[in-house]
Amino acid sequence: MTAKTEVAAQWHDVCGIDDVVTNSGVCALINDQQIALFSVLQAKQQYLYAISNWDPVGKANVLYRGLIGSIGDDVVVASPLYKEHYVLATGKCVERDDVSVISFPVKIDGGRILISL
Amino acid sequence: MTTLASKTRILVVGNGMVGHHFVEQLHQSSENVDITVLCGESRLAYDRVHLSSYFSGSSADDLALTTADVYRDWGVNVVTNAMVTDLLRDEKKALTADGQVFSYDKLVLATGSYPFVPPIPGNDQDHCLVYRTIDDLVAIENSAKESKVGVVVGGGLLGLEAANALKQAGLETHVVEFAPQLMAVQLDETGGDVLRNKIESLGVTVHTQKATQVIEAGEQSRYRMVFADDTFLETDMVLFSAGIRPSDQLARKTNLALGERGGIVIDDNCLTSDPDIFAIGECALWQNRIFGLVAPGYTMARAAVSALVGGDTVFTGADMSTKLKLMGVEVGSIGDAHERTTGAQSYTYFNQPEGVYKKLVVDENQQKVIGAVLVGDTSDYDTLLQYALNDIDLPENPESLILPSSGSAPALGADALPDTATICSCHNVAKSDIVTAIDEGCCSLGDVKSCTKASTGCGGCTALLKNVVDSELEKRGVEVSKAICEHFNHTRQELFHIVKVNGITTFDELLEKHGKGLGCEICKPAAGSILASVYNDYILKNDHLPLQDTNDIYLGNMQKDGTYSVVPRVAGGEITPEKLIILGEVAKKYNLYTKITGGQRIDLFGARVEQLPDIWQILIDGGFETGHAYAKSLRTVKSCVGSTWCRYGVQDSVKTAIDLENRYKGLRAPHKIKFGVSGCTRECAEAQSKDIGVIATENGWNLYVCGNGGMKPRHADLFATDLDTETLVKYIDRVLMFYVRTADRLQRTSVWMDNLEGGLAYLQEVVMNDSLNINADLEAQMETVVGAYQCEWKTTLDSEESRKRFRQFVNSDNLDSNIQFVSERGQVRPATEVEKSQGAENLIAVEVI
Repeated sequence: MTAKTEVAAQWHDVCGIDDVVTNSGVCALINDQQIALFSVLQAKQQYLYAISNWDPVGKANVLYRGLIGSIGDDVVVASPLYKEHYVLATGKCVERDDVSVISFPVKIDGGRILISL
Repeated sequence: MTTLASKTRILVVGNGMVGHHFVEQLHQSSENVDITVLCGESRLAYDRVHLSSYFSGSSADDLALTTADVYRDWGVNVVTNAMVTDLLRDEKKALTADGQVFSYDKLVLATGSYPFVPPIPGNDQDHCLVYRTIDDLVAIENSAKESKVGVVVGGGLLGLEAANALKQAGLETHVVEFAPQLMAVQLDETGGDVLRNKIESLGVTVHTQKATQVIEAGEQSRYRMVFADDTFLETDMVLFSAGIRPSDQLARKTNLALGERGGIVIDDNCLTSDPDIFAIGECALWQNRIFGLVAPGYTMARAAVSALVGGDTVFTGADMSTKLKLMGVEVGSIGDAHERTTGAQSYTYFNQPEGVYKKLVVDENQQKVIGAVLVGDTSDYDTLLQYALNDIDLPENPESLILPSSGSAPALGADALPDTATICSCHNVAKSDIVTAIDEGCCSLGDVKSCTKASTGCGGCTALLKNVVDSELEKRGVEVSKAICEHFNHTRQELFHIVKVNGITTFDELLEKHGKGLGCEICKPAAGSILASVYNDYILKNDHLPLQDTNDIYLGNMQKDGTYSVVPRVAGGEITPEKLIILGEVAKKYNLYTKITGGQRIDLFGARVEQLPDIWQILIDGGFETGHAYAKSLRTVKSCVGSTWCRYGVQDSVKTAIDLENRYKGLRAPHKIKFGVSGCTRECAEAQSKDIGVIATENGWNLYVCGNGGMKPRHADLFATDLDTETLVKYIDRVLMFYVRTADRLQRTSVWMDNLEGGLAYLQEVVMNDSLNINADLEAQMETVVGAYQCEWKTTLDSEESRKRFRQFVNSDNLDSNIQFVSERGQVRPATEVEKSQGAENLIAVEVI
């Protein structure tokens, strides 16, 4: 949990930790928002990241199906359509200044994954 | 630097390639000029060298060398459709057909040439055309639409280009030549014969020693051409390409000195007999010679500019060596191709089966190259030309320069070239210019090209330029990194060895021991492919899943809207009516867009990710299996119907295709692999454009390797002939596994072959003579892969856990509301952004099935 959480935001239970294969993604739907949720193993620690599932370049809901990797110290996902990279922690697009995606706080509670929206 | 006192008015008549080059050079050399260009055509300068590409899809804009905007930026005044009809030399004025008058201080004639049309009765009828301008091409295109047969009169370089254009337009094409051979200027007799055979095998009929007497009305076709020997040829259109004549009418009218057979006489400064008039390009006659190539024209342009601004460049003749590709046949000619020099001697290499002929002409002391003829293979052209132009001493065994590479041919490296060596003759770029450009900061091939313009003309020097640039960069310690990505300091081939030798079975292990970071979309799929090639595990095991591209993860090809296509395997393109019905029923039930693929199967588009398991369940239950259309692996084996039905078939190509497809299906490779099997030499399966091509003979099979269609077509190389089926399979096993082991990531077999040191001969040594002693290993590895085959879709559907991954949402059964279709020609297609936002009338509601 981070200080970034907005006042009106609340935690939503989306799935169990076993529903996500390590180093890959799934998609959660909260209200009308599609969220790409990734589980990444870094230095033997499991990390969760959540960003919007909408690919602003390819204009399709596909980011959760992208490949995970690293560029320098940043953990990124590559869009499966045109291969732009988005930094999972911030939603920033590596190749283009004019596009980015929203990122969401995520946490684990009692074996369940929760996303703040 | 300029010697021009006040602004000099330069009038350029003609805006062809040479006229344009003159304007470009003058604009760069002097600001003290006022340039006016009079262009007779409606278009500004365009690339005539690549004119035939107009028929393979280039537009007039693609061919353009400049635009009105560029000339405006340069401050050049340009008038199109301005045909100059008179010169008033005393008053220094030029008059155009529509009555405009232009004054000048200096005049440059760049009027070019016109096609020579032999004086044959009937040569002025409709559908009797020439090949010179874009307007000519439009006329040819229109005429071709109303014609079935076309004849080109003239078997020279341009004539064969024109024949190619007719062939591309779909006409039955003939070439009629007066001389006993094709390209008599550039080639010797044997070279001409080899070229003729090659061109005839491509479906163009060649008639030599034919003098046309009259073109009269035909019986079968529009016209009949009657020849001097009383034979005739019927055709719907005639294209004259029998040489060029200088456009010297203006000069003739105003009494400038001309040659006996035309051409405006010029001196080394390109000055005509009037000290204020220059002539450059194909209209000019220097030492009684016309130069019908673009490079000498450019040199003349530079000489004229130099004379105007006080430089010291002069025109001293030109090298007329040429290298080109005619209908895919490589042809090269250097210097004294006909051995006319006193004491000249020659070496020849003649490979009749493959249609390769090379002749090297040397001086009487066997010290220097003075000429060469190359047909069917011009890979030695650059080296030989450099020997000839730079007077480089021949190596000990001169014949090694033209013999097929046996690993010991002394290649003339970039370092061996003197600094003065001309690398690009179109733009007159010497090796020293390239060295200077690199010294001044260029650090890539692209930089050097844009900085020096080298290799931006005809493009013939591209390979040589790359060698020089690479070698110079290397000398300066610029390392060309071969690492696959930032996470591994290894090539794909090295990673393959690491995996195999160390028995590594997972990406995590590979990364931990040999890499850094988390990997990326480059190294992960590469590692996934290598692991699959070595062990052929189920690719969606939890260990391997994160390595796969999205197409591999969802076992389908993602389309632009995030839906997938479904392509079941149809081995050899053979399918029963029952199976066709199943495909139709599935497509109907799930409302999928249906299209036949180029690989003889059926593609169903528009399946949402959560529909894939249900769709595939029906297909698998109906006897289908995955087609691997999503994978870097064997795609299809295309076949013709073969000896079982076809009157001409000599072997059962369908059975062989099905057997091969079933053997290699599921083989993960650096890139996709396509096969073709044809039942006779008519080659209906287009096997020679495939990675592996098999063509039936009376005695068995001919094997072709490393062909490609697509972006960069490559004819497959004939690897072995008359093989029995068992040997055929053995050779394919070895070739494919050697490719899988040694190729770079995403390198098709065609590029792999082009980069393989030693090329085809080396591969034949490895596979047929086991020169590396690895064949047993290659075969064993292939057996492992073949034995471990599983239909990935079946395995996936058998596991509840795997099926779950195809949900769109982990926490909801809703559908992705962004996926919307409209109907078009009776099927669905993805709605555009506009259609979605405006709620178009034909939007189709997406529903759960």
